Amino acid sequence: MSRELLRYLLTRFGQLLLIVFVAVSINFIIPRLLPGDPVQTALARLQATGGAQNVDIQAVSAAYRAKYGLDAPILEQYLNYWLDLFRLDLGVSFANFPEKVSTMIGNALPWSVTLLAVATLIAFSVGSLLGGRLAWPGSGRTIKSIVPLMMILTSIPFYLLAIILIYFFAVVLKWFPPAGGVDTTRIMRLDWATTEDILRHAFLPCLAIILGNVGFWALGMRSQMVSVLGEDYITFAEAKGLHPNRIFVWYGMRNALLAQVTALALSLGSVVSGAVLVEVIFNYPGLGSLLYVAIRGQDYFVIQGVVLMLIVSLAVLLFLVDLIYPLLDPRIRR
Amino acid sequence: MNILSSLRRNYEQGRISGVLLLGLGILAAILLFSAIGPFFVDAVNAQVGAVRPRKPPGPEYFLGTDSQGRDMWTLLIYATPNTLKMGLIAGFIGVGFGTALGLIAGHFGGIVDAVIRVISDALLTVPAIAILVIIAGNIDRMTTLVMALVVASLGWMFTTRTVRAQVLTIREKSYVEVARVNGESQWEILFTEIMPNLMPYIVASFVGTVSGSILAVIGLEALGLGALDEMTLGNTIYWSQQSSAVLRGYWWWWGPPIVVIAAIFIGLFLTSVGFDRFANPKLARR
Repeated sequence: MSRELLRYLLTRFGQLLLIVFVAVSINFIIPRLLPGDPVQTALARLQATGGAQNVDIQAVSAAYRAKYGLDAPILEQYLNYWLDLFRLDLGVSFANFPEKVSTMIGNALPWSVTLLAVATLIAFSVGSLLGGRLAWPGSGRTIKSIVPLMMILTSIPFYLLAIILIYFFAVVLKWFPPAGGVDTTRIMRLDWATTEDILRHAFLPCLAIILGNVGFWALGMRSQMVSVLGEDYITFAEAKGLHPNRIFVWYGMRNALLAQVTALALSLGSVVSGAVLVEVIFNYPGLGSLLYVAIRGQDYFVIQGVVLMLIVSLAVLLFLVDLIYPLLDPRIRR
Repeated sequence: MNILSSLRRNYEQGRISGVLLLGLGILAAILLFSAIGPFFVDAVNAQVGAVRPRKPPGPEYFLGTDSQGRDMWTLLIYATPNTLKMGLIAGFIGVGFGTALGLIAGHFGGIVDAVIRVISDALLTVPAIAILVIIAGNIDRMTTLVMALVVASLGWMFTTRTVRAQVLTIREKSYVEVARVNGESQWEILFTEIMPNLMPYIVASFVGTVSGSILAVIGLEALGLGALDEMTLGNTIYWSQQSSAVLRGYWWWWGPPIVVIAAIFIGLFLTSVGFDRFANPKLARR
């Protein structure tokens, strides 16, 4: 590994730490900036909505007072907050007292990560290929006619697409289940039936995210490809008599992809935001639905934990994208 | 007359494209719909329990009614302007704040620039909904105005980035150098030399920010964090979800708001694509 590559990786890792630090601090500061005692407010609301009938409010309140030491100096609270995070202690749920927030997140995380990773990868690859073809001079008229469709799909929020998909494919046609991650009666085993069940449930949410994103990648790639095609090295490759497909992939796509990967890093935030809502619409058992249930039940520490998890996992994803970058761009690797 | 002829010249040169006109046309139609709509309907029908619930579209109720006994057509007419209002307010605040920060960062440079850049870059990569949920969830009494402010708090980074980059380019132009030699002060250069050249970028950012803000507002509302007692498009989606309107087949409940939301986004998207061409004559020749 060369020195430059090492420096690149270290800067990126520093950025990862910075985002995590900022996220944790925001998560700590915002509730404390707003007037009122967060624990008291949350518990009062919980009681008002009748969500805490089976819970001993006094016990919960005492547990939180002890844990968060809300009367302690702010700096001490902040340090304790960090210590708890390192112990993966995110507190306990109000609504499902005394279940740990970290357990709840641990159960939800694999669902979200798989769904989002698969959908984003498919949308990115299909969209980029499509976009490259759109800009390629040899491609026919039929492929160009999808541009307006791509524009429409890009501009509509994809959780709204999700509602339309559920209506047509789950309610009218009944091809796919309308909600959930697996059948409620399913006992999870490592066999084909379970896998098929999971895939069947994941299909529509995945499709919603893909449809909502594919246009973005296609349009981005198209404009990148148009400018790459004007470069001298393309003319040179043509003059050398290389096969058009070879020029398309290794001279065109490869160079245009650099900007696409940068765009991927910048757009992941909004993709995650959208995916959270897609999960809510499908009642998919991931972080999004956990967040939604927590918001409805005023489950304060679950909300905080999920938000923190979202930010941290996004920062890790960004870091991974940054790791791909040197593979694509030899100038960084050198 | 002068304006008309200049518009025609721009159109003939291809700067005003069909895309821009289509986008602006869609937006104008939506604005018109929400401006004159209230004159044709009775506001009472949009209140809970005003009409018979769960009626499909028919001669009596043009777009049907929801489970809470509201006339969907009336509801839509009152909800659309509220959603647009939140987007516009958040857009103005976000772009205003973003422009100011971008100008400061680009023009003065140094440590101020570094701090602004690091914060805006970090916030750009964080999923906005996560932070907005924390803020919105801690507000006791939500209104549409507060909602606009909440969303605006994360709507400035993109503008800051664009403006900062442009300031850095423009700052090196020879006319700025001339102004400096002529003894204009820092502020004079900033506002009389640099600012006017930023206008196309600021307008473009504004369209993008309004679109992003409406997206965030509807997202928060769909999660149930909106001003639930006010009529907005996002709240309509929320209530339809709450009543499982999709599974129960009440398509007229969630369908129309989705169509209006889609129209708003498509209009904004086409406007921004078309405006790119207007601001960037090089693109028009393609």
